[in-house]
Amino acid sequence: MDWLTTVDHKKIGILYLLAGFIFFLVGGLEAILIRIQLMKPMNDFVAADTFNELITMHGTTMIFLAAMPMLFALMNAVIPLQIGARDVAFPFLNALGFWTFFFGGLLLNISWFAGQVPDAGWTSYVPLAGPTYNGTHGVDYYVIGLQIAGIGTLLGGINFMATIINMRAPGMSFMRMPMFTWAIFITSVLIVFAFPVLTVGLVALMFDRLFQANFFEVGGGGNTVLWEHVFWVFGHPEVYILILPAFGVISEVVATFSRKRLFGYSSMVFALVLIAFLGFMVWAHHMFTTGLGPVANALFSIGTMLIAVPTGVKIFNWLFTLWGGSIRFTTANLFAIGFIPTFVLGGVTGVMLASAPADYQYHDSYFVVAHFHYVIVGGLILGIFAGLHYWWPKMFGRMLNEGLGKLTFWTFFIGFHLTFFVQHFLGLLGMPRRVWTYLPNQGFDTLNLISSIGAFLMGIGTIVFVLNVIITWAKPRNAAADAWEDGRSLEWTIPSPPPEYNFKQTPLVRGIDAWWKEKTEGNTAMTPAEPLGPIHMPSPSILPFIMSVGLFIAGFGFMYAHHWLAAGGILVTFVCMFFRSVYDDHGFHIDPEEEVQA
Amino acid sequence: MSAHQHAEGQLPHEPERATLEGRNKVLGFWIFLGAEVVLFGTLFSAFVALRHQVLDGPHASELFELPMVFAATMILLTSSLMSVFAVQAMHRNKVKALIGWLFVTIILGLSFLGLEIYEFNNYVAEGHRMNTSAFSSSFYTLVGFHGAHVAFGVLWISLLIAQMFKKGLTVVTAPKIYLSMIYWHFIDVVWVFIFTVVYLMGKVG
Ligand code: HEM
Ligand SMILES: [Cu+2]
Repeated sequence: MDWLTTVDHKKIGILYLLAGFIFFLVGGLEAILIRIQLMKPMNDFVAADTFNELITMHGTTMIFLAAMPMLFALMNAVIPLQIGARDVAFPFLNALGFWTFFFGGLLLNISWFAGQVPDAGWTSYVPLAGPTYNGTHGVDYYVIGLQIAGIGTLLGGINFMATIINMRAPGMSFMRMPMFTWAIFITSVLIVFAFPVLTVGLVALMFDRLFQANFFEVGGGGNTVLWEHVFWVFGHPEVYILILPAFGVISEVVATFSRKRLFGYSSMVFALVLIAFLGFMVWAHHMFTTGLGPVANALFSIGTMLIAVPTGVKIFNWLFTLWGGSIRFTTANLFAIGFIPTFVLGGVTGVMLASAPADYQYHDSYFVVAHFHYVIVGGLILGIFAGLHYWWPKMFGRMLNEGLGKLTFWTFFIGFHLTFFVQHFLGLLGMPRRVWTYLPNQGFDTLNLISSIGAFLMGIGTIVFVLNVIITWAKPRNAAADAWEDGRSLEWTIPSPPPEYNFKQTPLVRGIDAWWKEKTEGNTAMTPAEPLGPIHMPSPSILPFIMSVGLFIAGFGFMYAHHWLAAGGILVTFVCMFFRSVYDDHGFHIDPEEEVQA
Repeated sequence: MSAHQHAEGQLPHEPERATLEGRNKVLGFWIFLGAEVVLFGTLFSAFVALRHQVLDGPHASELFELPMVFAATMILLTSSLMSVFAVQAMHRNKVKALIGWLFVTIILGLSFLGLEIYEFNNYVAEGHRMNTSAFSSSFYTLVGFHGAHVAFGVLWISLLIAQMFKKGLTVVTAPKIYLSMIYWHFIDVVWVFIFTVVYLMGKVG
């Protein structure tokens, strides 16, 4: 019950982690099934339609229900601590964001049990996803599930932007913020400007499907390329929404375990901003083969390649941070160091794809699959693993087992490269993506087998991680406040796990790497910026949960055209909003002094 | 600075920004409006891309009756002015006047909605339905979305009026009033764009 009503950012972070990780396992299972099907030529392990459902659900689940929530888990667990705040700006909305994500994801996955699963790919291209070619409710699950989950993401973006702007501790100017906070700030900006585009796309597709509207129905005057534009104007920034937080994690981990200040701090900030800006401008590189014409292709091609410059700045800064540092090869740092060359490889194939004429060859081949998995798995997932191992003691008060951690790293890392490196060659040899099977003796057989073996190895790595978590759970909560002893930012100044109110007294920040600075000056604690006094806390609430259930019910109502059900669900949500706005919630106060004596 | 201290006695100069909660709300709401700009921007783009795809259905120039739309525009602009008065009354701590201006604002909002419903009804009678053409789909989605925003605003402000009667003006209620007024201006600005891009451009062809 406690967990259903919590508005504490640390608990919400744990909820995000749990739910996101479960969806990661679901998406992983789907990936394994895909790889079993493709292990040998002319396989019929799964039926052809099931295969389409699998790739669609795998992509959708991994991006929206696994990767993003796990990032939200890290932001929730860490951001308020890093900026010296007691909570996020809108604790209630934070809870609401989690529950809408959760119920949206649930709705999407119920499709498996309803037997009508989305099967138009995670990009849901029309006309394939339109009512003419997709008459079952499959794509409805995609549209409505993502719409509900998207609300949560948008709320999160607004919340973290406001939190970081308004709630930094005294002395923490923008140019003293830890790199992870910077990354999340920019990510939140991207979320706020990219997700509404998806919302509109989904609404339009939904209207086409449910009310016979004609946005994308060519017969009704609609335009299919419009969907591509709308989807990718959202979709390309989405990739940066995923990767920038990983950049932030890597910056923290690398600096901590090199025991050095992050090299080129201000150029790192500048690079983040530049990447985000360019990220918005280049969506049409996904549409080179759509026929936009040579001028458009050339511009988008150049724009895309430009992104390599700020990205290169970041890579070199990480390398210079490591250079000459007294490096500790903890699991977190292994993941961070493994990230660097892997991500570079993904970047290189990205530049290859950005060359429009060459893309006519690579397009929709396994080369693309290899590229985006290098970026998403080799970038983002390695980053998340690094972050989890790094902040685990802060989140849970227990150190993960290093031996098992290293085993996770090596199996996952080797498995990853086995799986996806060979796919570059499969693509160059001409194997198309999204195909159910292939003929023997075209040069695809061995490479596919290797790829599948790699996938199993990644699965093993993930299981080792789960084991590690379970074993760690049985151990006492004894992590120190500064669990790695080399912590640099504010989260390492408070107990692990932190008390409900985080900071007994808001700290005064006196420079970049606030905590490191105090340590080098021989201080054992931060200087407080306020006197010790009662702390105002928001009260827990069940409303976010009920509101999301309302939307969930309404989703089914729309989908199956039970209009009273849809109206009822919406009504539930509105009634909750009514209660929320009419009954002012003044929260409660905690007296830290009493607690110390108790 | 807790919420209760200022509740009685005199209110601080800008009550909507007196507490951290209030400042967070104002900032968060501006960010939210940023997201809304993108949302409407996308709807506008879709409309502009599809507005000539009328198939056998009526074309914009046959359909729109500018005098009525102009009246609706005036009504909405006036309501925006009323909401400015409301915030001014709030800053002078005149609760009665505040409630009065809010009341006028929603009455005008309701009139606008009434006109819009009447307008849509006429269009449907002329064979301009959601599923008639890509033009009609994008028209109803864009304009209807704005209408839904107006309806939501009316509901919201009505609730706030009820709260004013119950709780009066405090550092808790002030930010809510302030936000609803920014929201109302925003709706108005969006309408000006709709009036130009949808109706005027539609009439010219
Ligand atoms: C961990 C994060 C991962 C993410 C975010 C991710 C994302 C995606 C996406 C977006 C697609 C495209 C689906 C489509 O084209 O409709 C995809 C396809 C695929 N993924 Fe993943 N994936 C992840 C992990 C994995 C893993 C671990 C494996 C293998 C073990 C894997 C194997 C595949 C395969 C085989 C396809 C099908 C490609 C095709 O034929 O279109 N993915 N993935
Ligand atoms: Cu892209």
